[in-house]
Amino acid sequence: MKFFHLIWGNLTRKKLRTSLTLLSVLVAFVLFGFLCAIKQALVGGVELAGADRLIVRHKVSLIQLLPESYKGRMERIAGVAAVTHQTWFGGIYQDPKNFFMQNPVEPEPFMKMFPEFILPPDQMQAWLATRTGAIVGRKTAERFHWKVGDKVPIMSPIWMRKTWEFDIVGIFDGAKKGTDTTSLFFRYDYFDETRKAQNWGTGQVGWYTIRAKDPAQAAVVAKLVDQEFENSPAETKTEPEGAFAQGFANQIGNIALIVAGILGAVFFTILLVTGSTMSQAVRERIGELGVLKAIGFTNGQMLALVLAESCLLTVLGGVLGLGLALAMTSRGDPTGGMLPMFYLPARDVLLGLGISVVLGLITGIFPAQQAMRLRVAEALRRM
Amino acid sequence: MSENKANQGALVRVDGVEKIFHRAAEEIHVLSELSLQVPAGEFLALMGPSGSGKSTLLNLIGGLDRPTKGTVTVAGDRIDALSDRALAAWRARHIGFVFQLYNLMPVLTAERNVELPLLLTPLSKAERRKHVETALAMVGLSHRAKHYPRTMSGGEQQRVGIARGIVTDPTLLLCDEPTGDLDRKAGDEILNLLQALNREHGKTIIMVTHDPHASARAARTVHLNKGQLTNEPVK
Repeated sequence: MKFFHLIWGNLTRKKLRTSLTLLSVLVAFVLFGFLCAIKQALVGGVELAGADRLIVRHKVSLIQLLPESYKGRMERIAGVAAVTHQTWFGGIYQDPKNFFMQNPVEPEPFMKMFPEFILPPDQMQAWLATRTGAIVGRKTAERFHWKVGDKVPIMSPIWMRKTWEFDIVGIFDGAKKGTDTTSLFFRYDYFDETRKAQNWGTGQVGWYTIRAKDPAQAAVVAKLVDQEFENSPAETKTEPEGAFAQGFANQIGNIALIVAGILGAVFFTILLVTGSTMSQAVRERIGELGVLKAIGFTNGQMLALVLAESCLLTVLGGVLGLGLALAMTSRGDPTGGMLPMFYLPARDVLLGLGISVVLGLITGIFPAQQAMRLRVAEALRRM
Repeated sequence: MSENKANQGALVRVDGVEKIFHRAAEEIHVLSELSLQVPAGEFLALMGPSGSGKSTLLNLIGGLDRPTKGTVTVAGDRIDALSDRALAAWRARHIGFVFQLYNLMPVLTAERNVELPLLLTPLSKAERRKHVETALAMVGLSHRAKHYPRTMSGGEQQRVGIARGIVTDPTLLLCDEPTGDLDRKAGDEILNLLQALNREHGKTIIMVTHDPHASARAARTVHLNKGQLTNEPVK
């Protein structure tokens, strides 16, 4: 640290040049933060998926329904610990832009299957006691200023094309930071009875979630489930929850590759900008570097001084950029519901900091070697 | 150990030194079979016209360059045989440099400039500060400690340069045209300072100059001409 004032002094020698370089590094890291948050929003579900959970859907497509009667048959398959189901409701609250997921579920099996949803016991009891009851995630409750006791009208363009009314009986939180708390869940019996009364596709569900007794046997269970319904009018496709989420994300493309490609181009540009700044900075003070060597700085110390300077520049830009990205992404989903898991994970912040150090080392290494190899007498003549 | 060895003879001993520079295919003989001894505590002036090899000789004595042939021994150490790393450490321990153009770091204050050689020592921050204060007091610039070089006159900058040169209490102070960029009055102040360092503090000083007025302040003057020492000034 005793060399800090020397490193800092050199870095701030040309304030405008350093500021512009710092700004470009900062912008690159803001972009990095944003892209990581978008990637998290698109593929975060894969990471949060339960290793022991399987999704069973219609073999043709997810929008094809499955018979409710499959539940009992699935429960009898060896290796299956629990089964529950959900159905896409696709409702609209006030405006189509106010997107969030609403699904009818069986409260008790559903909450046991998804322990990442935390609901106070009294609210769970209220849900079980209220046929039109619904629970809603914290994010959506805050977004629409809903509270327990509110009546919420939701228009379904799929189911009877009518407005359904729900009583908010509970607000659930997520057990982990990335847990999606934008959804609303309501009782399947209310849903199915209403459908039945109007003769509108009763006894059909969207997809099943199965918990395997042994996560290591999940693939075997998946095969057994699909075999069970082979050659039936509604054949199934069973896959791990992670693969199911990945399949959704893959509809957009290989997100990780797209993000890596964009960031690669951005950081390559930054590499050139910062590298040019550092080379120029060293070239301009060859004489001064000669003086340092004359008074006893070793080649290694010269190398370290220049590397420390380039790393300070990129790490400073990285910290400021990531800080800004964190502040901007902490406000949550910018799309109003399409990216419920939009946030910058701590893992990516650490990765960003690591990249900033590597960037500093790469951009500084050539000028640092130049400083290291200076011949003192020659350098002093260029003072 | 070095001091003991030095006491057995001259502090600086240059023996049969030759220095050849290469420019494309051309060989430039800057120093030829040059020998010189400087006892401890001497104030020596090296005079000669431009291109005579004064600065090259000073660089060899200061361990900034290596001779093509011959040996350079300072304070008992054969510095022409030291590795780059050892030579850098040796310079930090034994040599103080004063340059014609002061060569201060423009981004550092006077006290930070003076502190630079001390950063290579194991001294604590408080000890370094004490040494810096002493060195600045010796050159009469305590009141300018927090000022940047650009706000100082040439004479003041050179005094900061001298403070940086003496702050580690080096064995040898090497001055390359220390008054070359100063007016007469400021130059005289610098020469007075160097003389005081030699007389009152026993510093061994080798000063390169082409100014007879400056060399008159030294206890001994040697002349260089075409890479060789002569007894008489070159006309």
